[in-house]
Order: sequence, then structure tokens, then C-alpha cells
Amino acid sequence: MGKPEFLSRPSHPRWGEFVIESTIRVLAFSSIGFVILIFFFLVREGIPIFWEISPENLFGTRWYPTFGLFGTLPLILGSLLVTVTAILIALPLGVATAVFVREVAPNWAREILKPMIEILAGIPSVVLGFFGMTVVAPLVREVLGAPTGLTAFTGALILAYMALPTIISVAEDALDAVPKSYRDAGLAMGATQWQTIWRVVVPAARSGIVTAVMLGLGRAIGETMAVMMVTGNAARMPLTLDSLFRPVRTMTATIAAEMGEVAQGSVHYHALFGIGIILFVITFIINAMAAVTIFKKPRRGGLR
Amino acid sequence: MINRYQVQRLGFILLGVISLIVVLPILFVVGNIVVQGIGAINWEFLTAMPHGGMKEGGIFPAIVGTLLLVLGTAVVAIPVGIGGAIYLAEYARDTFWTRTLRLAIINLAGVPSVVYGLFGLGLFVLFLQFGTSVLAGSLTLAIMTLPVIISTAEEALRAVPGEFRLVSASLGGTRWQGIRHIVLPQALPGIITGIILGLLRAAGETAPILFTAAAFYLPRIPRSLLEPTMALPYHLYVISTQVPGMPPRVQYGTALVLLTIVLSMNAVAAIIRSYFRRRREW
Repeated sequence: MGKPEFLSRPSHPRWGEFVIESTIRVLAFSSIGFVILIFFFLVREGIPIFWEISPENLFGTRWYPTFGLFGTLPLILGSLLVTVTAILIALPLGVATAVFVREVAPNWAREILKPMIEILAGIPSVVLGFFGMTVVAPLVREVLGAPTGLTAFTGALILAYMALPTIISVAEDALDAVPKSYRDAGLAMGATQWQTIWRVVVPAARSGIVTAVMLGLGRAIGETMAVMMVTGNAARMPLTLDSLFRPVRTMTATIAAEMGEVAQGSVHYHALFGIGIILFVITFIINAMAAVTIFKKPRRGGLR
Repeated sequence: MINRYQVQRLGFILLGVISLIVVLPILFVVGNIVVQGIGAINWEFLTAMPHGGMKEGGIFPAIVGTLLLVLGTAVVAIPVGIGGAIYLAEYARDTFWTRTLRLAIINLAGVPSVVYGLFGLGLFVLFLQFGTSVLAGSLTLAIMTLPVIISTAEEALRAVPGEFRLVSASLGGTRWQGIRHIVLPQALPGIITGIILGLLRAAGETAPILFTAAAFYLPRIPRSLLEPTMALPYHLYVISTQVPGMPPRVQYGTALVLLTIVLSMNAVAAIIRSYFRRRREW
């Protein structure tokens, strides 16, 4: 921020000024407090699970709470399968759309595309889940000839669209940050605009696109309602090749579906908070990694 | 063999087609819900209590519940969010603590919604003994909404040119006077946009209120902040997965009402943004 130096010193040390500054500071730093509180309460309610049941049980392959089996592996793999598939679908679509919007599209097309993507970002996940149940799932069932349309693939498809607004807008910012001189240089060398985009502009925006994917990933792995409504919620190990086209159950859906029925303080209750801890840690790592790339100042030279 | 200009033309067409693949389903989702849901919308549907196992009557308590939750969220999230944004944009220097604060905000934005639900259950419902209530749900949603408000409001404040602060200081204004009378009014449209975007997210979320505020079936308006409430997103979830034999008309009608609320808030934010961007003097 190009603030002049003398502005960063209080010019009139007065009481009112001091009170207001302190209040603002407290309000701001409450955010750190909230992160700590979230972690503290997850741990407080979830940590007992790590000594209540054996590690073989906790990281086993069977999740049958009524029989005392709390194997989280099928849930973790379920989340992984749905999320990774979603990103594989969303990444090419998102980057292509971002390139189109930023580099190619005529103004009128941009004016239509951007609000549409904003609308997508605004649609509540439960509405997309409802649409997935009533329209997408029957379609998937028919196309696959499978007994049910509520599959990991259906979930991944919905999730991909939910991750798209994040991926597109962050990737767009990354493309926007590439200096115009890079494009000029590419064109001056005799490359076509198409060649310049894919060999100069997109590679220069690489780190921003990685950030886009990370944030999309973080969003997708934490998505709850839509996933719960369209994936069929069968807690089985997704190990065979056709797992993608079978029902699957994610960590988020397990918490959302079962927390309502468990007794506070029971093993099952602790297990669900334990899954919450796992989720919190995973998303924390993903977001911290994305944050590192955001913090890194661009080191490229050249005129803007 | 085609030359590289033909490759370029084909490439651009491909990009356009992919963008269509991204956009068309959005139109289809919205269109589908509008067409199927519009038939359910009438005065009774919007203002009556549900009855007959929620298959008949209206969704009035769910609409009011959602509005109450959004209001509660706003009361908490707006002051805290704006305070955070002012600190980051106007006071913060690049120190270890500022960087920690930014990391915290980025991570708040990334915490899964269902984990917010668990947190709200642990802290507000059980530890502070608010019970499953409007209060617990609003506080949970408020913390979830914070990062959206902080980051958009900060951006709006940063967009105000440094000269404005300089002029205020040169006239003998203190730092806070400059912020209060010069910077904040200039940044207000951007800040309001951010608040609306944050609140519309709160309005549409289900997972955070699942165990903190939502009632399966409660055909009245909550009498106090310590009572649970019905809410539109949760109601849609309930009637589309938990109640067998639900008429699709009611499901689509509920989806349409929720979608209308959320998308009209979106539209208001967009209008404010573009209106003031055109009127801005700098």
C-alpha cells in the first residue's frame, strides 16, 4: 500500500483515537481466536476416540457404528475419490473458461459469462444436491444402465461445477497478473495469439493456476449437502475400478447424516468429531499451501 | 495440413464451446427449478404453516427462520468483519502477527461447512448451553461469513486512493477521522457488496445449522433466540431426502423460494457494484 510514512504514526495521540484503534485491533484479531476455538472444540469433543478404540479399528476398512466398527478408511478414500474426480473434471473446464474470458472472448460474451459464473457461485449447495437427485442421478443411471444413479461420479460431477467459480476466478486473476509485455513479446516473435496464450501466458500464470486448483480442492473436499444427497452414502472401500460408478460415502456426508442420531459423549459421537478433526487438518494444510503462493510476491520483471 | 492460423481459429472455437459447457448447465439448473417450482408458488405457500406431514400448507416458518438466521448473522458478522477489514487495510503493517491473521482468515474461509456445524455444536449448543437455537445457529453462521466480509471489505478500502487519506491528514484530521469521514464513505458500496455476498452464503448453507439451529418440523415462529427454527435450506433437504412420498411440486417450490432469495441478493450486490463503479469520482 502506497501510504505516506507519516500517516503510519498517530498524529494526535488522543483517547478516542486510542479506544477506537484498540477496538478495531481486537475485532480483527478475533479471527485468529476463532480458528483456535474451532480447533480446540473439535479436539475437545473428538480426541477421546483415539484411545477409546484401537488404531486398527479407527483406520480399518469397515464403518459400522452399530457394531462398534469405526474404520474411517472407506470414508477418507470416498472423499478422495469424489474430490479428485471432481477436480479432474473442473480443472480443464475452469482453465479453458478463464483463458476464454480473459484472453479471447469478445466483450459481449464476457458480459454474459461472468454473471453466469457468479450465479453458479451463489446457488446453495442443497439446491444443487436436489437438482442432482432429481435430474442428474436418473440421467446417470440410464446412461450407465446401473441399478442406481446415486454414485461417486454423480457427486464428482456436481462438485466439479461447485468448484468451477473458485477455479475460474482465481485462474482469471492469475492470467490478469501476467504483464502485457509478455504477450507483446510473444506476438512480436511471430507467434499467433493461440501460441502465445499456451506457451507464454499460461505458463507464466502457472503458480496462480496451482493456487486455483488448491482452493477448488479445499472447497470440494469440504462440500457436504450436495455430496450427501447424490453419492448414495454406502460406506464401502472404493478399491475396484468400477467404484466411481457405485455409491460411495464421504467424510462430510458421514458427519452430517449421523450426528443427529448419536448420544452426546458416546464413542460414535467422538468418532464423528474425530472425522471433523481429520477434515479440519486436511483443509488447513491445503489452504495454508494455497496461502503460501498467494503471499509470495510475483518476482517477474518487465513493464506492466 | 492446416496452418497455425487455422489451428488458432479451431482453438478459439474449442474454448468457446467449453465455456458453453460450463454455462449451459447453470441455465438449465435455474430454468428447471423455475419452471417446475413456479406452479407451487401462491400466497398460501408463502404465508401458511406446513401441515399434513409437511405435504400440504406452506413454508412460512422456514422462510421466517432463514430471515432470522441471516439477521442474527448480520448483527455479529458485520461489525466484526468491518473492524477486521479496517485493521488490515488501514492500520496493519507487515508483521508476523498480521501475516498470522491473514493465514487465519484464509483458513476460516476454507473450513468445511459441516466442521462449522460441529464447532457450533461443541461451543454454542453444548458448552455455552444455548441449545439448538437461533442464537447458536446465527453465531456459527456469523463466524463462517466473516472471511467473506473481511476480504471483500478490505479490497474496497484498499481501492480508495492514498491521496484521500493524505488530504484528510493535511487538514489536521486524525487517522480515525480520515477513515471515518473520508475512506469509509468512499468504500461503502464495496463493503455493502461484500456484506451481501457473505449473508447470501449464510442464507443458503445447511450443514452449519444442521446440529445448531434447525428443526425438522416446527410449525410456528420461534418465540425467542433460544428456540430452534425451521430454515429453507434444511427444509429442502428434509423434504427431498427424509420424507417419503413428498409431492415434487412442494420440493421444487421450496427450492425456487430459496433460489429466489439468494439470487436476488446476488443481483442487488451486482447492481450496487456496477452503479457506484460508474458514479465513482476517482
